[in-house]
This record gives sequence, C-alpha cells and structure tokens, in this order.
Amino acid sequence: MSPSPRQAVVLASNRIPFARQSGPYARASNQDMLTAALDGLVDRAGIAGERLGEVAGGAVLKHSRDFNLTRESLLGTRIAPETPACDVGQACGTGLEAAILVANKIALGQVESGIACGVDSTSDAPIAINEGLRGVLLEINAARSNLDRVRALGKVRPGQIVPEIPRNEEPRTGMSMGEHAAIMAREWGIAREPQDELAAVSHRNLAAAYDGGFEDDLVTAYLGLERDHNLRPDSTPEQLAKLDPVFGGAEGTMTAGNSTPLSDGASAVLLGTEEWGAERGLAPLARLVDAETAAIDHVGAREGLLMAPAYAVPRLLARRGLELQDFDLYEIHEAFASQVLCTLAAWEDPVFCRERLGRDGPLGPIDRDRLNVRGGSLAAGHPFAATGGRIVGNLAKLLSARGGGRGLISICAAGGQGVVAILES
Amino acid sequence: MTDAYTQLVSNPFGGFVARNLGLPRPVELDRHRPGAPLIDGRVLVGAAPGGRCAAAVAAVLAEAGTAVDSRLHDEVRQALGAAAIDAGVWNPEAPGAQRWKGLVLDATGIGSSGELRELWSFFHPTIRRLERCGRLIVIGAEPGECPAPAAATAQRALEGFVRAAGKEVRNGSTAQLVRVAAGAEGRIGSTLRFLLSPRSAYVSGQLVRVGAGRDVPEVDRERPLRGKTALVTGASRGIGEAIANVLARDGADVVGLDVPALSGDLENVVEPIGGSAIAVDIAAADAPRRICDALAKRGGVDVVVHNAGVTRDKTLAAMDAERWEATIAINLTAAERINDELLARGGLLREDGRIVCVSSMSGIAGNAGQTNYSTSKAGVIGMVESMAPILAERAATINAVAPGFIETAMTAAMPLGPREAGRRMSSLAQGGLPVDVAEAIAWLAAPDSSGVNGNVVRVCGQSLIGA
Ligand SMILES: NC(=O)c1ccc[n+]([C@@H]2O[C@H](COP(=O)([O-])OP(=O)(O)OC[C@H]3O[C@@H](n4cnc5c(N)ncnc54)[C@H](O)[C@@H]3O)[C@@H](O)[C@H]2O)c1
Repeated sequence: MSPSPRQAVVLASNRIPFARQSGPYARASNQDMLTAALDGLVDRAGIAGERLGEVAGGAVLKHSRDFNLTRESLLGTRIAPETPACDVGQACGTGLEAAILVANKIALGQVESGIACGVDSTSDAPIAINEGLRGVLLEINAARSNLDRVRALGKVRPGQIVPEIPRNEEPRTGMSMGEHAAIMAREWGIAREPQDELAAVSHRNLAAAYDGGFEDDLVTAYLGLERDHNLRPDSTPEQLAKLDPVFGGAEGTMTAGNSTPLSDGASAVLLGTEEWGAERGLAPLARLVDAETAAIDHVGAREGLLMAPAYAVPRLLARRGLELQDFDLYEIHEAFASQVLCTLAAWEDPVFCRERLGRDGPLGPIDRDRLNVRGGSLAAGHPFAATGGRIVGNLAKLLSARGGGRGLISICAAGGQGVVAILES
Repeated sequence: MTDAYTQLVSNPFGGFVARNLGLPRPVELDRHRPGAPLIDGRVLVGAAPGGRCAAAVAAVLAEAGTAVDSRLHDEVRQALGAAAIDAGVWNPEAPGAQRWKGLVLDATGIGSSGELRELWSFFHPTIRRLERCGRLIVIGAEPGECPAPAAATAQRALEGFVRAAGKEVRNGSTAQLVRVAAGAEGRIGSTLRFLLSPRSAYVSGQLVRVGAGRDVPEVDRERPLRGKTALVTGASRGIGEAIANVLARDGADVVGLDVPALSGDLENVVEPIGGSAIAVDIAAADAPRRICDALAKRGGVDVVVHNAGVTRDKTLAAMDAERWEATIAINLTAAERINDELLARGGLLREDGRIVCVSSMSGIAGNAGQTNYSTSKAGVIGMVESMAPILAERAATINAVAPGFIETAMTAAMPLGPREAGRRMSSLAQGGLPVDVAEAIAWLAAPDSSGVNGNVVRVCGQSLIGA
C-alpha cells in the first residue's frame, strides 16, 4: 500500500477515573464528565485557548437533548470556541473510531490537530417514555384546541406510564450482550478458571499502574474519585471463583467478576501532526499507523456477537504485512474475559483461521505477558464510549515509555462490530 | 419390526418393571433410510498425538456434511480445517450440554502403554454424552506393523478397550475398532461410513482391519453398486432375501439363487427388484458349472454372496452321517467349489470382485447340538482367511459376516428359553434383523471397500457368546 503522506501522532491523553453505575458520578451528566475530561486534557497539554482542527466524540447512551454533545461539552472548556466538533457513534467502538476519524483528517492534511473523546453514563441514562404514551403526547402537541388536548390526554392508559429504561440488549436478537458472550464462551469451550485468572491479572496490573505512578499523567481526579471505582487491587482468582454465574444459566462461566460492570466515565486524546505538537512543546507519544473495522453476522447466528475483532485484526495485519506476533504490546478490550479468550482461541485455531478467515494456517498465540499490561476494562470499568480513549492514551504512553515499539488495539462493539488499530512509537 | 419384549419394555410400565427387575432394556435401533444423512447428529473427533488418520476421517465427515466438534488444541483440527469443516469446540472443563451421535478417536499415534491414557482422556468425559444409537469408534494401527514392541502392545490393547466400552455404552450405541495398515489411511472411508451410520445398527464390539487395496473409486453414495452384478445364494427368504433387497437398493443387478423347490418364492423376491433367478441346489455335483455358465451369460459377476445354509442339529453322539455330510456340503464345500470354478474361469469374477460369505456365531463360539454346523461355519472363516491373499492378487476381496441371533423364521422356531437368551445375551439386548446382516454385506461388497479383505465381522449386537 502507498504510505500515507503523514501520520497523526498521539500527543497527550486524559480521563477521569471510571465509576461504577450509581456510584460517585450518579448525578453527573455525560456533558459534565466529558467537559471535565476535556478540560483536564487542556491543562495537561497546555492548549488553553487553542483553536483545534476538530473535536470528535460521542456517547453510546445519549439523551435527545445531547444532540450536539461534543460541541456543547467543548463550549464548556477552555478550548477555543471556534473549534468545530462532531458527535460520532459506533457503540463500544466509539472512542477508538473517533480517534481514527481525527487521525485520518490529520493524515489527509485537512486538519493539523484534533481531540478524540468519549463519555458514557449508565447512572444518568436517558429514560424514554412508553411508545403508546409518546404517541398520545405527540398528538397533544399537534392538537389545535384545548379540548382536543384534553381528549388526547384521555387516551393515556396506566400501563403507558411505565418508562423505557435503556437496556444493554441487542435490538435484533433481544439478548443481552452478556448472554451473547456466554454463547461464544460455550462455543469456544472457554472454562471458568482462565476467565477468573484474566480478571485477576487485570486488577493486579491496573493497581500496580496506579501504585507506580503510571496513571498520574493519564487520569485526573473527579468528584472525589482518584482511582477507578471498580478496581480491587487484592482480587484473586480464588475469590473470583466464588461468584455465581450471571450469564449462560446455572452452568455458565461468566460472573460479575469476569464481566465488565456498567460504568460512568469519560476520556479524551489529543492528536496532531508531529510539527503541530513540536510547536507547542508536546513530544509525540505514538503514531496511529492504521486501523480496520469489521462486522459479522450475529443475527443470522453465523458468528458470535463479539467476534468481529477476530476478523478485523487479520485484515489489518495482511494490509500491513505483519504477523500477530510482531507486536510489543496488545490492548484487547476486556468487555468480558471470555471475549478476550474467545478471540485468542480463534486466532490459534486452524479451523477458524481456515474456515472463517480463509487463511492457510492459524495466526498463532500471543505472548500473554504483553497483553493489557497496565490492566484492562475488567479492572477499570467500561463506560462504553470512553474505553477507546483510555486504551489509546494508555498504549501511546506505554510505547513511548519503552522507547519505541508497536502496539495493537482491539475493541469489540455491539451490533457485531470490531474496531482495531496499530500504534507505533 | 421389534420383538414383543422390546415393545413391552419400551412402554412406561414395562420399562418400570424391567428397570426394577434389572432386566435388559433394549431400545429400538436406528436403521438406514434412503436419503438420510450419514449420521443423524454431531460427531466429536480427536487424535492421539502423532496419529495418521485425521485427514481421512475429516474427508469422510466433510463429504457427508456432518457437524463436527473437537478439542481446541487437538492435532485433528488442522485436518478438519483442511477438509473445510467448520468444526465446533469441545472443552471438558466447560462441558455445557454438548451431546454427540458419534465419538471418533484416531489412536494410531499411541505408541506405549502410558499413552493409552489418550483413550481415557477422550472418552471419559464424553461417553455419557453419546446419544441414543450412538457410535464409538477407535482407529488403531496394525500391531504387527509396529516396529517397537511397546507400540504393538499398546495397539493390541485397544481391542480390550473397545470391547469393554461396547458393553458400557447404552441406548443402542455401538463401539468398534478399525485397524488401519500403514499407507491404507485413504481406504478407511467405506468402513468408517458403515460404522458411523445406522447401517451398522447391530454390529458392535468388532475389529475391522483395513489394509492395502485398489485406489478407491468415485462412488455414488446412494447407489454404490450401480452397474454391478451380484449373485446371492439362498435368496428366497430370510437373510438371503434381505441381502437381495439391500444390494438391489444399492444399485446392483441381483441374481438370486435357491433350490428348485423354492423357485416360486425366489421369483417373488427377485421380480420386484428387477433381478433374475437361478434354481439350483448348490450341493449338486454340477452346481458350480451351471452357476458359472449362468453368470457367464450375464457377462460375469462382481459380487458373490454365499448365504445359502442349513442346520441339521443333533448332539454328535446322536447325529447320523447324513446330517453331518449335508451340513458340511451345503455350508462349506459348495461355497469352496463355486469359488474354485469362478476363479478358474478367468475374468468371470470381474475386476475388483467381491466374495462375501455368511459364517455364524456358532462357527466362532461353537454350539452344543451343532458340531456339524459349527464346523462348517468355522470352515467358512478358514476359507476367507486362506483365500484372501489369492483374491488380493486379483484385486478382489473375500470377507465374511458372522451373524448372531437374527430374527428369522429359523430363530422364530426356536424354543422360548433359548430364543429369549439368544436375544438378550448381547450388549444390545435384542436380536438383529436380516437387514442388519444385509447392510454389513453391502458394505463389504461395495467398490470402495477394496481395503477390507480377509475380515470376519460379526453382526451380533456384541453377543456375549464367543466374545
Ligand atoms: N438366522 C440366524 O440367526 C443366523 C445366524 C447365524 C448364521 N446364519 C446363516 O445365515 C444364512 C441364512 O440364514 P437364514 O436364517 O436366512 O436361513 P433360511 O433357512 O431362512 O434361509 C436359507 C436359504 O438357503 C437356501 N438353501 C439351503 N440349502 C440350499 C442349497 N443346497 N442350495 C441352494 N439353496 C439352499 C434355503 O432354501 C433358504 O432359502 C445361513 O448361512 C445361516 O447359516 C443365520
């Protein structure tokens, strides 16, 4: 492939600690949290008053009033108000997809700098009104006389007062993401023990990252929370083994300990050209080299809901002429421990690689010591659209800190999608 | 067709009684229906490290479109992928509710007694997950070909495992060992298909040896014997009638033979299947010549099934010479003489010919009151073994089936006690049907069974007699 004229680099990142649902951020709105994350980034990068090329971001669970969430959040920060913003959405892939969007504009020379961001609140989630009630209310709104309005109001039935709370549910299958993941775990024969093991390592790694000061320039305290609310530094596989399964029935292997909790939080990543950064005294942390998004057919049940990254990565590798083992670090979003393990199993499996990927041989195993070395979503929590920013910021810093290297990011998303990217330093 | 006992224990009350009295509870066995899939369910495959049959197993399952599972890091997955099988994953540590209709282990890689643990690892977590009328198949190597005594020892041990497993699987399931000679991996297809399918309903605890043979031809799976001519002796009734029907179903042009006294019955058998008849007493002096003349008129023969047989039971002390002579003459000498004439006439037995003989459990175990019959049927086994190399030279094969208790007019005439004992004293706890014997013969007669030569396969539901 022809080399792109220039590549976007990650210059800085910031996030607020992630909180569990109805925890410290119970009363914070998406806009509050995103504003805080952006402002923290402005401070860290010293870009107050700068007009940036673009701020792209989004939230998965969004109030209708937040139709311009990123722009409205931006207007609450010290970023120059002349900076344009757009809302993007790709379920849990939103954060990384926003980074790809900004990086592509930079690579094409359309902008010199930009911020990719994401936020989600499962506490302050939008509650929709019942479809029947909505119909009546629309009718009232359209009525010309008060009498018509009263007549319309008379049509309201008690059952219609029940609100519709957003559920973590796939619209086309009616199954929760956890149930989908449980099917995948069963199909891939993923046992309980390795899932609990992965979760424990995630907590251990993230705790060590905080203790060692690694998170100091990645996280800014918010509403009294200094570390991720979900983090349990002393969590062990033995303790995790005691939890009852929550997905996949009584024989299920997935628990609240090896699945991510519903969470609140926000993150932001500053991208730009190397020159733009240099002019502002910002050293490049890593280049965003390339990215790929894949989707699979989970509706026809031809593939597991969260298996799309298993397809996206080999496509990206083929385009870059790389092997799966050519990476110094791997960041695989831990939506569920089983999702990570299914993905790794698939890459090692001659049948999957041949039948589903059309390859001659398997991609092979990865060195597990290079995976999510500063913890993952199981420990940090997973405010959907904020996860991509957390991972990009984290990996960019890791690559730069080790004096160079190549890292792979893989994020699964609802709707059978997967977003993956390569960072190099 | 099920016997009264099977019907009784299949209803809830009878089942309750049988359970509480510890009586055997036979299930109605799955049997082949034209157009049905090879095997009606998923198959779990596995391989002990270093095995050499995975590709051949995968090829059979891929062609049949069977849904396959295996363990994730099993060597066999390479072969499954290569055969374009999108195999599922089985992990005993996350068992879920998986069930299989077939369990197939390639054990050819087992080279020492310690490695026999592979049998335990594969079957221990799965044997209870075998569905009704399931199939447990172990593929092994020829001990005689193993260079190291330790490997030969371990390979011989597989036989004991399969026979014991056959007695443990329940619900009409069967267990078999297929021994594959080095280089014959590509010839296991027909045998594997037969043993996986409901065609082998009443075959269990058997050892089938697959060796060198002609290259396996392309075969129409629904009509493997299309274009072939098959002679079936004793075809007017019982097992012979079933053989004629099954071979015709598989596409063969059937020539039925029986004694002149039964010509009418014989006509009734061959007419509906578009076959023809030869009325001759096979023990007559000129029988081989007349039979071969008749076959020559038809342009030769591809399959010869020596099914005609008689019993003339008496304890030896009470047996007259006539009983002895007639039984040996019809059951053994007649077949020998027909074979000799057939082979003497050059290409009358056409290229890739098949001779299938019908021996008996009595020939293996011996049966009181049947010294003559047991002798003749053991002789049939001797004939198969001694003739096999001769037929191999002509790119042909000779094999035998040894039926156990088969529900025919002959067994219906037995006294109740021995009849019930004959039925129940087997792993499948019931008698077989004539069609079960016929299906085994059709497998041995098939053009893609060239690697099966000199075998004696019992169709006995793993009878405890002579086991
Ligand atoms: N029924 C069983 O349980 C059982 C068990 C073991 C072996 N067998 C063997 O299976 C074969 C078929 O048995 P079956 O139960 O169908 O018996 P059957 O008596 O019903 O059929 C045998 C057929 O062979 C024919 N036959 C006998 N002598 C002949 C001769 N001299 N020339 C030409 N035809 C002759 C008979 O007329 C008859 O049609 C026999 O070889 C028998 O020994 C049967």
